[in-house]
Amino acid sequence: MTTLLPAAAAGRRPDEPRVRRERRSWTGWGFIGPFVLVFALVFLAPLAYSVHLSLFRTQLIGGTRFVGIENYQQALQDSRFWDGVARVGLFLAVQVPIMLGIALLVALALDSGRLYGKHFFRISIFLPYAVPAVVASLMWGFMYGTRFGLVGDINDAFGAGLPDPLSSDLVLASIGNIVTWEFVGYNMLIFYSALRVVPHSLYEAAEIDGAGQWRVISAIKLPAIRGALVIATIFSIIGSFQLFNEPAILQKLAPNAITTDYTPNLYTYSLSFSGQQHNYSATVAIVMGVITMVVAYVVQLRGMRKGA
Amino acid sequence: MSSTTASRPAVPKAGGPGSAPRLRPTRGRRTPGRPRRSVLLTLVTGVVLLYSLVPLLWLVISATKTQAGLARSFGLWFDGDFALWENISRTFTYHDGVFVRWLLNTLLYVVAGAGGATFLAVLGGYALAKFDFPGKRAVFAVVIGAVAVPGTALAVPTFLMFSKMGLTDTPWAVIIPSLISPFGLYLMWVFATEAIPTELMEAARIDGASELRTFFQVALPLLAPGTVTVLLFTMVATWNNYFLPLIMLKDPDWYPLTLGLDSWNKQAATAGGEAVFNLVLTGSLLTVVPLIAAFLLLQKYWQSGLSAGSVKE
Repeated sequence: MTTLLPAAAAGRRPDEPRVRRERRSWTGWGFIGPFVLVFALVFLAPLAYSVHLSLFRTQLIGGTRFVGIENYQQALQDSRFWDGVARVGLFLAVQVPIMLGIALLVALALDSGRLYGKHFFRISIFLPYAVPAVVASLMWGFMYGTRFGLVGDINDAFGAGLPDPLSSDLVLASIGNIVTWEFVGYNMLIFYSALRVVPHSLYEAAEIDGAGQWRVISAIKLPAIRGALVIATIFSIIGSFQLFNEPAILQKLAPNAITTDYTPNLYTYSLSFSGQQHNYSATVAIVMGVITMVVAYVVQLRGMRKGA
Repeated sequence: MSSTTASRPAVPKAGGPGSAPRLRPTRGRRTPGRPRRSVLLTLVTGVVLLYSLVPLLWLVISATKTQAGLARSFGLWFDGDFALWENISRTFTYHDGVFVRWLLNTLLYVVAGAGGATFLAVLGGYALAKFDFPGKRAVFAVVIGAVAVPGTALAVPTFLMFSKMGLTDTPWAVIIPSLISPFGLYLMWVFATEAIPTELMEAARIDGASELRTFFQVALPLLAPGTVTVLLFTMVATWNNYFLPLIMLKDPDWYPLTLGLDSWNKQAATAGGEAVFNLVLTGSLLTVVPLIAAFLLLQKYWQSGLSAGSVKE
């Protein structure tokens, strides 16, 4: 590509990038404008409306009235909400490291070039990502369940005493397994793509210096993909805090284990669509949004600072 | 995992700065930078492979069983009655062929939603990567910040807003929110930064090309592999969407496949409802197959995008 450039005609300009960067113009808005416009309609407007809703309360007697921060005070003392937050907090503390760890190991294995059938591995492990969360939850729900379940089958066939994955003790781990199954391949792909653009000359230089595989991984590969690691972690944290589909589907199979306030998202949903408490639902969702953003921001700061 | 060290070619430790180290053993002609394959590493990674594939295998096998067969047979093996074709035809005809309607709805949402989302992401990513414009940092901060907002924080007010605009229970309620993919924008931004040499754009401008022409004739072809990747991800997101249609749609005639399957599954729990788990599972399989097929077809382009990215040094 570089041979096509009119570098010779332009002459040597060592400070060229800086010169270009100073030239700001509105041209870029022509391209980002459509995105920003739709974004304002489906993100910013509802967000503003949400804040508006959270400041009001509708009562059977007296109609809708302005209540200021009353809804927020209620949310801060709402144990149904905080139990859900604690649950997704525990979920993300266990599930996210397991999922990202497996994804990273597979990505490094693929990148090492030491796997037989690498192409097959990459496609196959990614495939569950193409399965809708609804289908994945239905599938795993059936497999967990006593009706057509693999767990029951294995217990029958081998006389094993596997516990019920849908019992209230285990259902969170069972949900974690579904989410891990869905997203290991996706994260593996993100890491693998990031690894692919690391210049191979770096590995050769390291090899000349006598670095082993693990040293190459720890000193070159991991630092090179730190951006991807941080992004994947943040997206996983956000995903955990938003947990809805899997518990919502499994609820039909384990109604006693998965309550309507099992996760903050389920809680806001049931507040709004079963309880008609739109205002309080908006408040809970905003508090959860703030918690999510704070955690994501802290992770980003820490992730970017480490070793930088 | 120790195999990685065991099978590593014996690379002599570099001596002093003046010594000329052998890069790799000359025996076993291997192209530079391609280490020997490891059986142990393949087996270890194979565990993850099994974890990924066995549930899909279970789904395929289960789709061949009748309602009675599902209950009586082992999950990972076939029942005596092979009912796949019967299940498929029943899935398509059950309740006056509503499954076909759901399939068409899903296609509509994917074409309009994912197609539009990809287009907006490509345009926006190109702008973020190649232009410096007032408010650029603010745009990026707001978009990334918005990703952290929980779906329900937006879903409830969006529902109320759309309801006032008369958009709920119409396809628009599903399509419009699908048009924004912050992750697609991020991906396109990163990709465009790498894929389009700024010098090439300048050359086009010097030749008198307009901004639009530079975008369509110079940038867009270079962005093709990234575009396919974003299209793949937005397609998956739209095809798999459950929460948004769940809130927006009451009329089953506008359901996508996910919501439809869910309603079939719930049907067994309602009083007098017929249990059709064989149809739920066959329908699930039919829902998964097109996406996996699309992924495998697009894989070729996407792979070329990857290798194109890794060649550059």
